[in-house]
Amino acid sequence: MKSMYTTAAPDLKANTAKWFDLLDRQSGDFASLRKQARSRFRELELPTARTEDWRFTNLASLQKESFSLAEKDAVQAEQLPPLAAPEAFRLTFVNGWFAPGLSRLGALPTGVALGSLAHHSADALSTHLNRIADAQEHAFTALNTSLLADGAYLIVDANKVLEAPLEILFVTKPGAKKPVTSPRLLIVLGANAQATVVERYLSLGAADESYFTNAVTEIALAESALLDHVKLQQESPSAYHIANTQIALAAKTHFTTNYIGFGGGLVRNEVRLRFDGQHAHAVVNGLYAGRGTQHLDNHTVIDHAQPNCQSHQVYKGILDDQAHGVYNGKIFVRQDAQKTDAKQTNKVLLLSDQATINTKPQLEIFADDVKCTHGATVGQLDDAQMYYLQTRGIPKDEAERILTYAFANDLVLRIKLQAIRDQMESCLMR
Amino acid sequence: MLTITNLHAKVENKQILRGINLQVNAGEVHAIMGPNGSGKSTLAGVLAGRKTFDVTQGEVLFEGKNLLELSPEARAGEGVFLAFQYPVEIPGVTNNYFLRAAVNAKRKYLGQPELDAAAFLRLVKEKMKVLHMPEDLLKRSVNEGFSGGEKKRNEIFQMAILDPKLCVLDETDSGLDIDALKAVAEGVNLLRTKDRGVLVITHYQRLLEHIIPDVVHVLYKGRIVMSGPKELALDLETHGYDPIKMGFTESAAV
Repeated sequence: MKSMYTTAAPDLKANTAKWFDLLDRQSGDFASLRKQARSRFRELELPTARTEDWRFTNLASLQKESFSLAEKDAVQAEQLPPLAAPEAFRLTFVNGWFAPGLSRLGALPTGVALGSLAHHSADALSTHLNRIADAQEHAFTALNTSLLADGAYLIVDANKVLEAPLEILFVTKPGAKKPVTSPRLLIVLGANAQATVVERYLSLGAADESYFTNAVTEIALAESALLDHVKLQQESPSAYHIANTQIALAAKTHFTTNYIGFGGGLVRNEVRLRFDGQHAHAVVNGLYAGRGTQHLDNHTVIDHAQPNCQSHQVYKGILDDQAHGVYNGKIFVRQDAQKTDAKQTNKVLLLSDQATINTKPQLEIFADDVKCTHGATVGQLDDAQMYYLQTRGIPKDEAERILTYAFANDLVLRIKLQAIRDQMESCLMR
Repeated sequence: MLTITNLHAKVENKQILRGINLQVNAGEVHAIMGPNGSGKSTLAGVLAGRKTFDVTQGEVLFEGKNLLELSPEARAGEGVFLAFQYPVEIPGVTNNYFLRAAVNAKRKYLGQPELDAAAFLRLVKEKMKVLHMPEDLLKRSVNEGFSGGEKKRNEIFQMAILDPKLCVLDETDSGLDIDALKAVAEGVNLLRTKDRGVLVITHYQRLLEHIIPDVVHVLYKGRIVMSGPKELALDLETHGYDPIKMGFTESAAV
């Protein structure tokens, strides 16, 4: 009875009905995908504190925000970062919608297709879109698909190589309406195909403007394909960034992903990778840095479903002030997956007494002839190194920056694109 | 240049220095010798500003300034340099980056403009040549994977680059073979000028065959118990520290 007299608290799930209606009036694309996803989304529970996979990440604040569906908006080209490489292709999305004027397409090699999902209807899209990411199990992925209207794709046919990197910018200009966007990216490489992709999230608003990025990236590599993937997460400190990157690797593929996340107020970055063929090789790295009250959760799942595959993960976190980091790394080695080589390392540097980290390796191994290692270290800046630098005249705050940079720079150096490396280095040295 | 008066210091609540008096003038090289545990490295650490060393009494003046009030970086800015007994490895930071940060931090402290990359490189290349440093040094991480000899030479190299007024060498000879010892001594001798003071802290006399001191002090139980000309080091080599220990014990007992 009491509830009749109180206003119901804003509730993310209840709000979605409005977003769905509004979106349907703006875009008629992907109608059947949306319909399926919405019915599944209504059935799925959003994660709570009791959900094991979300134990250290409390979504109460996200649930209480009154988000609204993002509206189309314009930004100036000068507000965007310089190209990842002079020859790079670029696809820019503002508040979720493709912005051709801020993109750089140029002449594509034959056998390569890239662009906006909203303007494309190739068979390859329907074969793969929403087939790699799991909208059945993951509520936020189901929500992303429920709001699917635009996004980026890259399709490289068998034996073709995209030499120039493709850079995809997902830009949010939040304003006061607390927009929710559903960025979507699909990458499909045919047999022996190769590509380099930079996926980048940015905010062009005031630091206190709240918004919600709910991103899904799907990646499928056919036999012997090679993909170098970089994700840069530079959302505002008031942003919610929930992302699911799902990867399916065929035999003999080489996949690398380097995540660098310095932004976001509450971040949940998931990487879910499955080996579907033998002799495939995956490198999954992540570097995250937080200050203030940032909450940065990295969650990886590597599924060794086939024998003779390698997965190497290195995650490093730098946490200052009251920042909270989470690293949960699951590795499944199925019964048939003999000769699996799986390595996982998590290192955290705590720069303040109030910063915290929850780190949880989780290895489930059902094969008997495998090599699996994991290690986690949490530490502070080294006193002896600090003293040494100071005796050379370097002031304390600069010495701290130098040592913090030294902790993290091996992961920055793994990024092959010089321009991105330089930008990330200067972010780290700030 | 450096005046130490009645210096007392504790390390982890244990009294190590018990009243040191020492005067080092510009152009002089002083050697401080003493057995293990006499307080040699504590004295070096107190001069450089190591915060775990607790000065309980006394005064250290450097060119008239109270050194003990300054942070380690300010002491470096004023012109004090400590060559470490155990130079610290800093993986991920190249010597190039480190040295440039150090040079420019000192210049900033002194109100001088920063050196640009080209001017810095000229300075470094010149000193590398003089001290015969390997070409790849600048690209390597600070002291990482260096042999004992390389580390000590890198300390002297840093000293040459930073051009201090007072050099404190803390057991720079420890762990070196004779060739490395000679190389290090040669480097120090190149830095001997009339404007610079040098304090060589060592357990053994052999370094002093190559860096000839003006004065030798013997440190024992936290005090300087004997001072004399360079021949004092030879006496210690011949007779060891036992006579001093005995003499000190006897006189203390009287």
